[in-house]
Amino acid sequence: MRRAHFKTSWIVAALLAPQLLVIFIFFYWPSAQALYWAFTLEQPWGGGNTWVGFDNFRAVLSDPYYWGSVRVSVIYALATTALAMGMALTLALFVDRQLAGYRAFRVGLIWPYAVAAPAVGLAFQFVFNPGAGIFSYVNTLSPGLWDPSRYPSQAILTIIVAGAWKQVAYSFVFFLAALQSIPRSLTEAAAMDGARPMRRMMDLQLPLLTPTIFFLIVINITDSFTDSFGIVDTLTGGGPFRATDLMVYKIYADGFRGFDYSGAAAQSIILMLLVMALTFVQFRYVERRVHYS
Amino acid sequence: MTQKLATAAVLALAATAGSASAEKIKFEYWYGLTGDLGAVVAETCNRFNASQDQYEAVCVGQDGYEKAVQNAIAAFHAQKHPTLLQSFDAGTADLMLSGEFYPVHKLMQDTGVTVDWADYFPGIANYYSASTGEFFSMPWNSSTPVYYFNKAHFEKAGITEAPVTWEGLEEAFKALKASGQACGMAYAPSSWIDLEQFSMSHNIPVASNDNGYSGLDTELLFNTTLHVQHMENIQRWINEGYAAIRTQAAGKTARDSFVEGECSVFFSSIADHNTIHKLAPEGLSWDVQIIPTYEGVERHNTVVGGASLWVLAGKSDEEYKAAAAYLAFLATKPEQQFLLENSGYIPVTKSTYDALLAEGFYAKEPFINRDIAMKSLTWTEPTNLTKGLRLGGMIQIRAEWTAEVEAALAGQKTMKEALDTATARGNEILARFAKTYEGKTFP
Repeated sequence: MRRAHFKTSWIVAALLAPQLLVIFIFFYWPSAQALYWAFTLEQPWGGGNTWVGFDNFRAVLSDPYYWGSVRVSVIYALATTALAMGMALTLALFVDRQLAGYRAFRVGLIWPYAVAAPAVGLAFQFVFNPGAGIFSYVNTLSPGLWDPSRYPSQAILTIIVAGAWKQVAYSFVFFLAALQSIPRSLTEAAAMDGARPMRRMMDLQLPLLTPTIFFLIVINITDSFTDSFGIVDTLTGGGPFRATDLMVYKIYADGFRGFDYSGAAAQSIILMLLVMALTFVQFRYVERRVHYS
Repeated sequence: MTQKLATAAVLALAATAGSASAEKIKFEYWYGLTGDLGAVVAETCNRFNASQDQYEAVCVGQDGYEKAVQNAIAAFHAQKHPTLLQSFDAGTADLMLSGEFYPVHKLMQDTGVTVDWADYFPGIANYYSASTGEFFSMPWNSSTPVYYFNKAHFEKAGITEAPVTWEGLEEAFKALKASGQACGMAYAPSSWIDLEQFSMSHNIPVASNDNGYSGLDTELLFNTTLHVQHMENIQRWINEGYAAIRTQAAGKTARDSFVEGECSVFFSSIADHNTIHKLAPEGLSWDVQIIPTYEGVERHNTVVGGASLWVLAGKSDEEYKAAAAYLAFLATKPEQQFLLENSGYIPVTKSTYDALLAEGFYAKEPFINRDIAMKSLTWTEPTNLTKGLRLGGMIQIRAEWTAEVEAALAGQKTMKEALDTATARGNEILARFAKTYEGKTFP
């Protein structure tokens, strides 16, 4: 294959410049700033800072509650990803089979992605409220059985369900697109060989979906680490007693509410490294099982 | 010729008219109050703008105190900050040490506005002024905690007078229970009431260095004081069925539970006085009482909560003049009264309070007994331990306290363990704060 390229490098530079500038201003600059803050004690109103080396990291990493926060963030990320992708795949498979009303479902199932996280949290607050929500019926059976403000596991469950619900739509779109790109002839051939729908899903469609599944795992996990703030803030506020204090929520609480910019910056760096490490692991080990084309 | 003259005259008129409106000096004011109270702030701006034609206050709601401060910091870095900022006490330690503000005392002096600073209640003055006694920020919406009780429930239980001691209140809980009232007190952990104001009224320290006033190397002490015993009592009352936890997360706030008549007592700011009047259904008879103290302890003053108005650094003299005029306007008696009538807040100056008393303001509904808060605030002259708190990272310290107390109330640890942990973690926050501002002291 012949490679097309520009002869003069300044044209390349000029064409790339706007894009690079945007990336620099909106990504590298703030990241560098955060990195710098993580090694200093920053005064929020300006007026100087003190270089403290790795002190901020040491303080964060030696805090047992921080590790609790890491633990619950990992649980949240894995559970929402599994739940959201499982539901999305099931729904996509059914829509792909063109069951009755599938056109309406196809549109309807995409909507939740357009709902902002705080709105999702608010909606689920009505569902899970132990006093007035739908779940309060559980409490009429046995008083005090359902109360996310008292039981950490229930609170974690609440944010997982709300988070997964929000993610379903996104995964659904990709799954459906991938399913529809599987050539009909393959499915028909399998059908003629006597494979029932269930068998076709297991042996034909799923293997062909692995690139999509892999892509969605990476995106969903990253997203649930970084985009869970709105749901936690409206549903649990990090409680009860820090049980749902996800890493990204803790960054907000320390940095914006508590004005501890440096501690929050150090936590952001740790979160960034964690997400990068997870993505690396996925590419290194999970991608081996993915068959493209 | 005449036509030319006429045109010139019209032009000149237009020019003077134009410059007259341009001469109106604008300044920006960011406030944190929301909802009904936010509307009251906006109304004070309208009243100010209508009261004179020299200045114009541009008032912008920021959706909560915390956001107001956060946004002001962000704007400050871009030099697009407002002249005036309404900030709550817990959020101002950083601002105080940064020095990026114009002390309101100095502002008034420089702009030639006379303010009788001695007229402010000492409990309020101490909270918002430097160690030299000069005001940093302008007190405005001020409150202090009280407890609200259901009169009908108390009567049924044979309680003739709302107790002013915790021992008395415990007896009241028992009597309420015996009279068939299932929930004596709706309880929501509040470090402002259970820790800070409790310590003030008992003249016991929250932290060393006179609660942080005399140095940054401060350590929390609340795990060594009567506060521990008090929190253990609250826990016991919950376990014995005299009190119940009522929070938003648990489905119903303490205030809602009180208004519905489910629980007989709840603790809150006097600022809720107005709200409860609005929320209470027909026939709910209720009143307020001063927060109790333990027997054998001499009662002391409580301190103000709420917020004050800060003048930020880096604005023009013109804007400062305008802001000074607005602040002076807010401090007048009619404006204080306007705030009082439209909220549950209290007067901040003695002269206004005296005038209101003389007019019989507090003798008629809906203001009856609202001045209990004033009694609480002025019970004694402030001591070194009841001036207030000057702690860095106060918002985080409050969060630590709340999370630990909640854990104890859920039975995850003992109350003493919880308060020890909150103290230790709070001390780390204070140490970080001291290191951030190494070499500086509170003005």
